[in-house]
Parts: sequence; structure tokens; C-alpha cells
Amino acid sequence: MEKVRVLSARFDLPDSHTIEVYLRTGGYQALRKALTEMTPEAVIEEVKRSALRGRGGAGFSTGMKWSFVPREADKPKYVIANADESEPGTCKDRVLMEKDPHAVIEGILLAAYAVDAHLAFIYIRGEYWYLKERLERAIEEARERGFVGANILGSGFACEIIVHPGAGAYICGEETALMESLEGKRGYPRIKPPFPAVVGLYGCPTVINNVETLASVPPIILRGGDWFRQLGTEKSGGTRLFAVSGHVARPGVYELPMGYPMKRMIEEECGGIRGGKRLKAVIPGGSSAPILTAEEVEQCTLDFESLAALKSMLGSGAIIVMDEDTDIAQVVYRITKFYEHESCGWCVPCREGTRWMRKLLERLLRGEGRPRDIDLLYELARNIFGTTHCPLGDAAAWAVYPAIEKFRADFEAYVRAPVVSVSAEVSTPRRLAV
Amino acid sequence: MGMISAEAEKKIQEIIARYPVKRSALLPVLFVVQQELGYLPDEALEEVARWLDLTFLDVATTVSFYTMFHRRPIGRYHIQICRNVSCYLCGSEAIREHLERRLGIRCGETTADGRFTLSEVECIGACSWAPAMQINFTFYHHLTPERVDEILRSLP
Ligand SMILES: Cc1cc2nc3c(=O)[nH]c(=O)nc-3n(C[C@H](O)[C@H](O)[C@H](O)COP(=O)(O)O)c2cc1C
Ligand code: SF4
Ligand code: FES
Repeated sequence: MEKVRVLSARFDLPDSHTIEVYLRTGGYQALRKALTEMTPEAVIEEVKRSALRGRGGAGFSTGMKWSFVPREADKPKYVIANADESEPGTCKDRVLMEKDPHAVIEGILLAAYAVDAHLAFIYIRGEYWYLKERLERAIEEARERGFVGANILGSGFACEIIVHPGAGAYICGEETALMESLEGKRGYPRIKPPFPAVVGLYGCPTVINNVETLASVPPIILRGGDWFRQLGTEKSGGTRLFAVSGHVARPGVYELPMGYPMKRMIEEECGGIRGGKRLKAVIPGGSSAPILTAEEVEQCTLDFESLAALKSMLGSGAIIVMDEDTDIAQVVYRITKFYEHESCGWCVPCREGTRWMRKLLERLLRGEGRPRDIDLLYELARNIFGTTHCPLGDAAAWAVYPAIEKFRADFEAYVRAPVVSVSAEVSTPRRLAV
Repeated sequence: MGMISAEAEKKIQEIIARYPVKRSALLPVLFVVQQELGYLPDEALEEVARWLDLTFLDVATTVSFYTMFHRRPIGRYHIQICRNVSCYLCGSEAIREHLERRLGIRCGETTADGRFTLSEVECIGACSWAPAMQINFTFYHHLTPERVDEILRSLP
């Protein structure tokens, strides 16, 4: 498979974040092309043809999502770039915004043109303050050259972009919670439907996409949807950024075509498992994705279909690699603690369930677990799954029960073998005198 | 009220003016105030409520949802060590223990001189460069005990 660099093409250039470098390397030409040669409908068609699917987690078709925005609505429409990046294991949006902020901005402008929005937001996690400043600087550079603001490139199209900081809450990466947060409220998820494309920010039609999804749009418009699609697989077009962490020799953010073999990425790109150890497991799409065994990794390719066939998901593209010495029970404990901490508390299965799972795991890891605690934990996770108000609850369950199915021995190792069995001779019950 | 400098208030009014709905400015405004005062006391929240045509409770109940806002003073350097999975796999626990020993405090505590507050946080987006921490807004990657000592020494 050809390793074309689309998103990371500028990453190694000095001062890649400046508009000078961006313009010198084809920057803002897609915007010019769209504004002068294409209708908004044609932009959406091109994105549909590219088979671009969301890089934020759910992998929904980007072109489809844009086409759901009602064209004739009398309300304003908004575009939101999701830069909350809080899924454990994920650090690729950070690299993208640091190295190539203008690609994100150009993608936002193209989305805004496609759905007729005149105000866009970049919702960025507060911890990325230096990137908030970098993006704001880049927006000013773009404004000075006529790419942002009123009458962009003389086309009559206008668009403003506001960079908005989150303040430390994982749930605000979920699109509807994000909108609540952007409205200045607590980040409680909303009920869907209605979907944001129809009722989003301030009750208005809103397109929300991950920043990497948006940064993929300029090359699609410039070189065509067909070109982008053939880089990947039929149903998962293009390339994407994979954040690899854990026990590999060279962790990092790698751009690879969709459909690339996971094993090969670990061995070639990442230099294999560090210290010459053997692979034990991989969490493939951020902490929300069910864990894979080493055997499953052998058959896995990096695309939505392959991961779905393995009953996991490609999610945010974070690949967490674990070597043979890893204690999966400890890993699951950390992830469960995370979900308990980040549960917004709105619904009972998630709020109480994550706490109970964490307590069971804590007891187990302290060596005080009872043999049936593992089954209890398993049942608990199964019961949380599918019963919660938003997908965070499902994610918490997914971190637990597949891990028990696949690595039960790691959990059983903590269960105290019963030292003395409860008295075997049951005394004959004495008949009560009536 | 006079808690907030004229300069910060100017910045705040600029932020508010940008949004189509005033309340949307709440989080960014709170960041400016926290930057100014180091934390968010009741009086500051009352002032923010006035600027945004909200009640004190609107503001206070929103603030409490977000971990980056502090309702009490914290140390001059807020050390936030990641405890999530990628960092755990790369030895974050040893780093946390080292920091606790060096500073003589546990996570969640502040040194007596008010210089350091130590916190454990969830993933900060540095997973490929684990173990990682932030001190205030600055990232530190590939931590080892020696590197932590170096970093602590380098702080003004
Ligand atoms: C609990 C939770 C957290 C999420 N966090 C993020 C995030 O940090 N960044 C992101 O882009 N999407 C996140 N998502 C996915 C968004 O809800 C949404 O699907 C995405 O922003 C859509 O953009 P895309 O189609 O380009 O992927 C999260 C979803 C859930 C349920
Ligand atoms: S599943 Fe969890 S995070 Fe989602 S609404 Fe329920 S309590 Fe909140
Ligand atoms: S897990 Fe530590 S930075 Fe992501």
C-alpha cells in the first residue's frame, strides 16, 4: 500500500504552522476553487464521493452529515470543529493543530460554505491553551489575507471563526454535550434525535466534525473525492492519523492509509514491541474500544469495517499497545476509574454502574475479591451496555466485559483461593419441638 | 467591584461581544478571571453573573462541572500528572510517587509555602510521549525521575 502523506504533508517543514508555508504548499487553493468554481451542493457531492468518515469516534459519513442540514432553514447555521480530544490514548489532533492549523481553518471554511454557515467555532480542550493561541493567530493571518471575515476572496461569502476553550470535562467531547458547554452550561448530553444537523447549537442547524475530518476536506476538494477514496478502502476513504502509545519502540503519530495492516504498523512504523517482548493486546480506538488479543491483531486492518468485524471499533484512531508483561486487570481498572470520574451523573446505569465497577475492581486488585466478583463485574458491564443516556456508558462497559472474556486469567489471578472451606459437615437440623 | 483589573475587564467585554448569545462567553470569561485572581471566589462569580445577565447560581453550578476551575486558591505551580492508560503503561505511577516524595505532599495537596499543588489528572493528550504531565499550561513529556528533578529545579 502506498503511504501518501495527505494530512501530515507539511508536518516536517520548518514553520509549518505559518500562513506563508501553508500558501507556498497549496494552502487555501481548495477554498478558492470552491468559492469560484463550485456550488455548495458540488462541495458536498465531492466529500460524499471521497468516502471520508468522521475521525472523532463514530466514523459517520461526512458528506452525508453535511447533506442533512436543511438548505432552506430560516435560522442561522453553524459549524463546529471538535478539538476536545480527550479520549484516552488520543493525541493526533494536537499534532495536527500544532503543525498545520491552517488546514483545519480551511476545512472549516469549506464546511461553512457547503452548508451556508457564517459563524464557526473551534471547541478546544482548555489544556491545549497554547494551541488555542496558535489557532487564534492563524485565524488572524487568514483574515489579513482575506480568507476569513466578510466577503471572502471577493465571493460575497462571509465566515467568522471563534476559538472556544473547554474547561476539563471529557463528556464535552460528545457532540451534544459540547453544544451545551458552548452555550455556557454544564455539559450534559442531549437526547438524539433531533440530530445537531437539524437542531444543534442555539437550536439551529449545526455541522459538527472532528478537526482531523475537517482538515481532510481541502485535499479532497483540490484533488477530487475519487483520488481520496482510492487511498483507503472502498468504505473507509483516505488516510488518517494514528496515535500509537504504550509498549512500542517508537510511539508517535503516524499517517497511514485506511486498510493498512495493524500488525505491520506496529512492526514497521513503530519498530515493534520495545525490549523485544511479545505483543499481548491492543486497544484500537481509544479507551472506549473493546480490547483485541494478539491473534486478533494479526487479522486486523486499520479501517472501520475490519474493526467492526472484530466487534471493536477504530474510534479516534488511538492504538494502545501492550506487551506480554501487561496486567489487563490493572489496565481495565485505570480505564474504569476514568469513566467513573468523567460520568456526568445524568443517568443511573452510568453514574452508579461505573462506581460499582470501580469498587469491584479495587477490591479485586487489593486481593480481597471473591471468586464470583469477576462474574458480577461482567454482568454489571453487560447491564450498563445499551441502557444509558449517551455512549459514555457503553464505552465504560466496553472497556470491561470484552477484557474479561479475552483475558479472564488476569482477573482470576487476584482472586484469593479459598483458604479454608466453610465447614463441610452441616449439622443435622434439630427438629423443633412443637 | 474592583477585583478585576481594567485591562482584564476590557478583554472580557471583547470576548462577550463576539458571541451571538451572551451566556456562551461564560467559560472563556471565567478563564480570564481565574488567570487574574488565581481562583474563582464567590465575589468573582457574582461579578461574572452581572456581566452575562445570569444569576450567581447559574454561574456557580456551571463552574462546578468543570475540573479546570478552582474555587479555592491553589499553588503557584499546578503539577498535573496523567494517570490514564498510556501513561500508566509507561510508568506514570513511579513518577507520581517520586513527585510525592520530592514535594512531601500527596496528590490533591498543596505545599505549605503555597508553591506547588499536585494533582492526578486524566489523559492530557500526550499519550504518544508518555509519561506526561502539565505544570500550569506547559506540557512535559517522556518523564523520568531525573527529568522531573531537573524540571522542578528550572522553575523560577
Ligand atoms: C463520550 C464521548 C466523547 C467524545 N469525545 C470526542 C472528542 O474529544 N473529539 C471528537 O472529535 N469527537 C468526540 N466524540 C464524538 C462526537 O460526539 C462526534 O461524533 C464527532 O465530533 C463528530 O465528528 P466526526 O463525524 O468528524 O467524527 C465523543 C463522543 C462521545 C460519546
Ligand atoms: S451515560 Fe454517563 S455520561 Fe452519558 S448521560 Fe449518562 S451519566 Fe452522563
Ligand atoms: S494517557 Fe497520559 S496523556 Fe494520554
